[in-house]
Amino acid sequence: MTLAMDGAPGMPLNRAMLKSARRRERRIFSGLALPALVLVACILLIPFAWLAWLSLFDAAGNLSAQNYARLLRPAYVGSFLTTFKVAGLVTALCVVFGYPVAYLLSQLSARAAQILLVFVILPFWTSVLVRTYAWLVLLQRNGVINDWLLSMGVIDEPLALVHNLTGTIIGMVHVMLPFLILPLYASMKAIDPVLLRAAANCGASPSQAFRQVFLPLSMPGLASGIALTFVLCLGFYLTPALLGGGRVAMWSTQIADAVSKFSNWGAASALSVALLVVTAVVLWGVRRLTDALSFSAGKP
Amino acid sequence: MRSGRVNLREVHKAYGSFRALDGVSLDIKAGEFLTLLGPSGSGKTTLLNVIAGFERPDLGSLLVDDVEFITRPPHKRDLGMVFQNYALFPHMDVFSNVAYPLKLRKVDRPSIRRRVMDALEIVHMQHLADRRITALSGGQRQRVALARAFVFEPRLLLMDEPLSALDKNLREHMQIELKRLHRQLGMTTIYVTHDQQEALTMSDRIAVLDKGRIIQLDVPATVYDRPNCKFVAGFMGETRFLPVERRDQTYVLDGRPLRLADTRAASSTGEAWLMVRPERLRWQGDADRDNRIEGRVLDVVYRGDCNQVSVSLPGGHEVAIRHSGAERQPLPQPGDTLALWLPAEASLVIGSAAP
Amino acid sequence: MLNTPATSTQVTHGQRLWLYATVALVMTFLVIPCILVIPMSFSDSQYLEFPPRSLSLRWYEAFFTSPEWIQSAVVSLKVAGLTTVLATVLGTLASYGLYKATSLFTPITRGLLMLPMMIPLIFVAIGVFFVYARFGLNNTITGLVLAHTTLAIPFVMIAVGNGLKSFDPNLERAARSLGASPVTAFLTVTLPQIRISVFSGMLFAFVTSFDEVVVSLFVSSGANSTLTKRMFANIRDQVDPTVAAISSMLVALSIVVLIAAQFVKRKDA
Repeated sequence: MTLAMDGAPGMPLNRAMLKSARRRERRIFSGLALPALVLVACILLIPFAWLAWLSLFDAAGNLSAQNYARLLRPAYVGSFLTTFKVAGLVTALCVVFGYPVAYLLSQLSARAAQILLVFVILPFWTSVLVRTYAWLVLLQRNGVINDWLLSMGVIDEPLALVHNLTGTIIGMVHVMLPFLILPLYASMKAIDPVLLRAAANCGASPSQAFRQVFLPLSMPGLASGIALTFVLCLGFYLTPALLGGGRVAMWSTQIADAVSKFSNWGAASALSVALLVVTAVVLWGVRRLTDALSFSAGKP
Repeated sequence: MRSGRVNLREVHKAYGSFRALDGVSLDIKAGEFLTLLGPSGSGKTTLLNVIAGFERPDLGSLLVDDVEFITRPPHKRDLGMVFQNYALFPHMDVFSNVAYPLKLRKVDRPSIRRRVMDALEIVHMQHLADRRITALSGGQRQRVALARAFVFEPRLLLMDEPLSALDKNLREHMQIELKRLHRQLGMTTIYVTHDQQEALTMSDRIAVLDKGRIIQLDVPATVYDRPNCKFVAGFMGETRFLPVERRDQTYVLDGRPLRLADTRAASSTGEAWLMVRPERLRWQGDADRDNRIEGRVLDVVYRGDCNQVSVSLPGGHEVAIRHSGAERQPLPQPGDTLALWLPAEASLVIGSAAP
Repeated sequence: MLNTPATSTQVTHGQRLWLYATVALVMTFLVIPCILVIPMSFSDSQYLEFPPRSLSLRWYEAFFTSPEWIQSAVVSLKVAGLTTVLATVLGTLASYGLYKATSLFTPITRGLLMLPMMIPLIFVAIGVFFVYARFGLNNTITGLVLAHTTLAIPFVMIAVGNGLKSFDPNLERAARSLGASPVTAFLTVTLPQIRISVFSGMLFAFVTSFDEVVVSLFVSSGANSTLTKRMFANIRDQVDPTVAAISSMLVALSIVVLIAAQFVKRKDA
């Protein structure tokens, strides 16, 4: 068919005009994100590129792998191991304590869940510094917890609950629990309760229905909750720095010390790059795992 | 008011490899009520959105009163649109919703008041002017959406399945009201629906779309009684198709030559079918004028206003006929053999594609 | 009561006692530090015992009579206020732009803008510290606001994005068809519809900045120390009871914010 229309016959109708109008529109809307993008680039990307570049040179300004080789020193290797141990332990405790809470919340009526959620959201909205301080007060040698345990006769001598690994773990579990419970609760809420009735109708006992229907369906939510918790733990600074009392050397505290105590930017940047890489790998791995666990239709 | 002519030329729109619109050309007369009818994914809503300016086609021309509109932004097109879900602004009351387009046009306050109340009166909503939108029923929202779309006297009124969210009784009532309103206002109206009954009831002309193309464009009676291909015939009514053989200048069903009103719809090559609709079949007929179809009764289903009798034909085909109780013929039983009659003027042979 | 079914699969409350007990334990663990700090802050003793043997306002007095504490509180409020404005504007614009634009780059842009939420704060802190040193932005309000805005943008974008997800795009189309320019349609129809989300984004931005510690530790000091920086310094080595008074006020603030959020949500529904 010929496209004769006012203009030259056979000319594609308004093609160029439509294309430029579409491009203009896209440019305007994408442009709205530009100010935010520039800010993120200046505050995050440029420093990262700069530090990553810096990590490739030694103190004399020569290209070398010295900064990365240094990461293999026992002090640093020890801090990596501590970091993973703490992150793993905290995540595991969060799963053990968080799963039942999310499960019960998802089973309750909307009103009851709303009320119980306040117990999760209140700490979530309270400053981490405040909560860490509160633990410091509660767990210290002559703090409330030790007082109670002494007066009840459970212990004869105050326990060292703070400025060590125990305190760090307690404080971190407290900070991380909402990060696990909230996404897990959201994904459990999305599980159709009719499925459990269907399982019961097929002859499954309540525990079978839970294990064979609910548990598998809650796995993607659990996996992403675990990922979030673990990744946040890897780079967490505040609580280990305060509740660890300098005795728990984590990745993050090593970075801070390298900068503030030793002004060793080479080491700090190598540590940061390594931390970012590990974080990215964990996130990517869990994304793959979540996709594999997910049963939702419509995924390629 | 004689503005509101629309000329679409070769409109193309693809999403990746999916052709939503595949070269649509259409001329709409001023004051016409034109319906775009088709199944979901046929491109009817995309076409409406192109006219409204919400979709940019890849190619094509859209003239409204001889002015090129194709790259004009929606707010400079001066078209009233009624959306499927009404799209009333929930943070405004009824009055403010209808006043919104007038305020944007900087109409002075007394005129706004008068015009909004006039529009609300036309849709019988003037007593609810300060209601909140959330306090309205579906039918009431429909009327407000309508008032908002025509209050600023646009050149065109576009409607995207406006009645699909209403229940059956209200829908039929609103169909008649919309038709009446169209007559009263005289605005060119482009109406999108997938409901063939709605299209037949309301339109001056119907454009049937499939796979991004206009398959047939004609007045309702022609589209219903003289569909130009199997797709259109199948989309309208409860149509059954019986394959027929071509022999010389005529068509043969079960060895009997057919008496036909019109064979133009069948192309000279390819498969051909006889179109059979339950309401066109007769219990009695004349062997010299009508076509005889023989079969065995499969089942009889009570439907309230009639009994629907399914008849199986040789070759595994099936047709249906209605028995209203007014016929002299008694209601047959499953297993009975039956002879049905299709009058020549209702006998149409069609091909799989429009000729 | 214990024998009544708790679920549609006829598990009784009695059989779920262990579940209730576990949840009660976890809930107690979660709220105890937030709640207990309040009565303890009224204690007269250096060691903040619970229950306090004698009540006093001495730690509150210590806060309100200290010019340093007051100064840093003012800095924090100023920074958080400016961050809220900047992050809400930038985050809302970006979120809306990405919602409207469909190009190959939108997922990448979105990913980049979400990055500040996923990257460890300690890394952001040293990066910012390093770059600010070259531009003289360390220990300035501007530097703090820019860093905090970057951290808050993802939260604003999530909140506004959620609002836009439940926003009916036909409303904006309707406005456009009725004669509204893109800007007018956004201001008169879209923005009023997503106002609750924008408001909660603002709240997030404020809290993100006001509670932020790690970046402030590195890039604020002296007269421009934030409240959190000073609190951190005061509790790093010994337990300063003044911080208990500040913490109680902050907990009270979170409770007020929570109640306000509930109120706004209910009013909107």
